[in-house]
Amino acid sequence: MKAVLPDDLCKIFSKAGSSGSWHKYLKVGDWLVLLLSCALVVSSYTLLWRGGVADRAIVKRDGQTIIEISLNSARKTRVEGPLGTTVIEVQPGRARVFSDPGPRQYCVQQGWLTRAGAVAICAPNHITLELNGRGEASYDSLGY
Amino acid sequence: MTPSGIELPITEDDRRIARYTAAAIALTVAEAALPSPLPGIKPGLANIIVLVVLLRYGWRDAAWVSLLRVVAGSLVIGQLFAPGFFLALAGAVSSLAALFLAVQLPRRWFGAVTISLLAAFAHIGGQLLLARLWLVPHDGVFYLAPLFATAALIFGTINGLIAARLIRQVETI
Repeated sequence: MKAVLPDDLCKIFSKAGSSGSWHKYLKVGDWLVLLLSCALVVSSYTLLWRGGVADRAIVKRDGQTIIEISLNSARKTRVEGPLGTTVIEVQPGRARVFSDPGPRQYCVQQGWLTRAGAVAICAPNHITLELNGRGEASYDSLGY
Repeated sequence: MTPSGIELPITEDDRRIARYTAAAIALTVAEAALPSPLPGIKPGLANIIVLVVLLRYGWRDAAWVSLLRVVAGSLVIGQLFAPGFFLALAGAVSSLAALFLAVQLPRRWFGAVTISLLAAFAHIGGQLLLARLWLVPHDGVFYLAPLFATAALIFGTINGLIAARLIRQVETI
């Protein structure tokens, strides 16, 4: 053991057990830096993760934009497709397909969309609802 | 084997650096066995050794230990020249740059925790930059930055505290 470890580390490990409170190792500047770091980390969440917030809903039929609705106020919009009427409901910060004449109701069951780039596709009725955010065109998905 | 005519003199510095590096490599290997919630988030225990060396023997020795640790550590884990190796190297180089500056701070006010935190943030900064430029050429990597910053905050503080305590114990012996 002594041959491998640096001498002072050997001494430390042999002295293990002598404990004390940890805050005595923090100096005034350390507290300051720690506080600033916490603020930095918290602000990094708000700055970098807010980019995904959606601010408008785009409804398309056969790929053509029919209507763009801002996500500021609550309203319902009716869109006609080959099968019938699809109802889009918008509330502040989110949107969903309220009802759709399609047989399997996938886009209705998807529920509320909140993030920019989220899409609900009502394929039988040729209607898509997608959310868009500020800045660059958003990606379809991210995989890690 | 016949003795070679060339003899490399081994100084006391070499031995000391080699011993600290060995301790750092041991921590690297031990840490590789720990499960991680997200690839890339690790406690970085070997940095405790780098901090102790920095505060006791200066930046030059710390740089030797840190870089030797990256090369030899990834050799042991089997990651040499894999993407993880270059990420580790980018982290080590950028945190050494931060250590170079941080160690100039007045020791009266700033201790190991400050130095550790600055190095930890520089570490993730360098890694994210390399990842953005080379591995994932898309701004999507910065989406993960808050998670890495949180890890740097937590592990930077803990490693700094451990290093401060080790140094205190060495000095009181």
